Amino acid sequence: MTTSTGTAPPAKRAEKKRHGVIYDVFSRMIREKPLATFGLAVIIILLFTGVFANFLAPFGMNEIHLLSRLQPPSSQYLLGTDQLGRDELSRLIYGARISMIIGLAATALSTVLSVVIGGVSAFIGGKLDLFVQRFIDVWMSIPSFLILMTIMSLISNKSGTVWPIIWVLGVTSGIGGSRFMRSAVISIKSNLYISATDAIGCGPVRTMVRHVLPNIMAPIIVSFTIGVGGAIMAEASLSFLGLGVPPNVPSWGSMISAEGQQYFLTAPELALWPGFALSIVVFGINMFGDGLRDLLDPRLRGGVGRYTMKPSMLEKLKASVDKYDQTH
Amino acid sequence: MGAYVIRRLLWIPVTIILTTVVVFLLVRFIPGDIVDTIQAQMAANGGAETVDRNAIEHALGLDVPVYVQYGRWIGKIVVHGDMGTSLRTQQAITPQILKRIPLTFELGLMGILVGLVISLPIGVYAAIRQDTITDYILRSIAILLISVPSFWIGTLVILYPSIWWGWTPPMEFISFFKNPLGNLGMMIIPALVLGAAQTGGTMRMTRTMMLEVLRQDYIRTAWSKGLSERVVVLRHAIKNAFIPIVTMIGAGIPTLIGGSVIIEQIFNLPGMGRLMYDSLLGRDYPIVSAINLIMAILVIFTNLFVDVTYGWLDPRIHYQ
Repeated sequence: MTTSTGTAPPAKRAEKKRHGVIYDVFSRMIREKPLATFGLAVIIILLFTGVFANFLAPFGMNEIHLLSRLQPPSSQYLLGTDQLGRDELSRLIYGARISMIIGLAATALSTVLSVVIGGVSAFIGGKLDLFVQRFIDVWMSIPSFLILMTIMSLISNKSGTVWPIIWVLGVTSGIGGSRFMRSAVISIKSNLYISATDAIGCGPVRTMVRHVLPNIMAPIIVSFTIGVGGAIMAEASLSFLGLGVPPNVPSWGSMISAEGQQYFLTAPELALWPGFALSIVVFGINMFGDGLRDLLDPRLRGGVGRYTMKPSMLEKLKASVDKYDQTH
Repeated sequence: MGAYVIRRLLWIPVTIILTTVVVFLLVRFIPGDIVDTIQAQMAANGGAETVDRNAIEHALGLDVPVYVQYGRWIGKIVVHGDMGTSLRTQQAITPQILKRIPLTFELGLMGILVGLVISLPIGVYAAIRQDTITDYILRSIAILLISVPSFWIGTLVILYPSIWWGWTPPMEFISFFKNPLGNLGMMIIPALVLGAAQTGGTMRMTRTMMLEVLRQDYIRTAWSKGLSERVVVLRHAIKNAFIPIVTMIGAGIPTLIGGSVIIEQIFNLPGMGRLMYDSLLGRDYPIVSAINLIMAILVIFTNLFVDVTYGWLDPRIHYQ
């Protein structure tokens, strides 16, 4: 009787605290980080627009009005029409859906892949780690945009869907991103509680999933957030070159495409809107990711006296973080 | 340090050999057969003529096992510096690429330089005014520069001047050796657009490193000696804060190469990126592989150079 009443309250408190983490992060973000809050708002608007695109858009995404091509903005076509007579606003709204789907799906794939590759490589170590890391060295030395372009041009996309670009973006950035996950796992691995799991007889899979994974959640969430921005940008760049989504899919990148350039002289705003949308979304995601990193990962937080670390160590850490930042 | 450099140099051949394998396989093991694509394209171009599959395979040297293909490819490169022949024009690839290297290098170098000239002072200024409204605005501009797609800025830079003032970028490429000023004038805007994302990143990095340095004991000593802010910042702080920028430049090279494809396409510059794009559209895979390989080797050596320079610039860093 006494033992059960003795143990129940701490468990309850732990439950409450778990719930509190998310609440704490977001309430601190709103109080302390106005730009990250702005980013959050942008993300919510993007998700809303993406999910409800078919209710928000006044016309279908490929609905062609042959008689009203390259129309200026009017009450019927709020942002005008493109060279085929498709409503610019509707395509912009469906473009949000495409960006959202590709950004989320490709980054989800890449995150899973990088956690698996990086985690296994770091956890097993030894010869396997050496071999995998040499391969990743090579992979990272080929500029990723060249890899993306090469693979996208090779795939003959007969399905007319966005699946190929999701796979290609996800796998390509997953392999590169595994380097970051590997270093996160290595920094966790030397902790006493990981040795303790060994001592109590946990198998490697259980240790990985139950003990390592929860402790690298912060870097995973942050790199996922920033990765979404990167994937959206990469998709738009590829679609701009005509190597991204199939032509019937409205992408913000292909709306600014090189082939549309000749029409922009008559209707320059056609080039303006998709770029605005793209810039604001990527800006918002980057700002949100930045704020999230400050709040979730105390090691990377600035400010005097918040950590004690040798300056050389710190410099290396900073350099690796910024290097990671740069590549994403 | 010496031992570190030697060990790094010993790894270089291994990395390069692996790179050639990856680059070679990249265009061969991916769904969507090259032969199918070429056959479809030839059929489309040449009307109803049916093209023999075996003939194409033989012409491409695809009728032998993969390792023999790889051996032939790499053997020619090592022995003759011959990177193969173009599928479309049947011309040797090496001279074509050599002709285009200078322009892409010039574009990249100018992009880096322009980026540094803009980002370093702004980064330093944001750091010494930390948490002020100026700092906030400058930091937002930095992230904005990272977030705005270069292909959009590029398109707008071409589009709006031509609408407002009827100005268009010169269609004919001006060689640096014939007209240095004209060449630089033509390259400066593409370089700015290319360097924009880089500028944002470097700005943030400079600010972070500067804040780190300003917190050090020797800076406090400098202040307590009664030195002016100008002297503390310019003589004592920036030298130490600028060291990691080397890493930043090195890490930015792959992005810069990817960006140059888009910039050369928009501004109509005949560089390697343009050749890459044209070859991809024309399914000219020997050229694609050659460019991928050259760029990868460039990145490998830049990384080596950056790591070694970093250790040399900052004596506190010890490579074990």
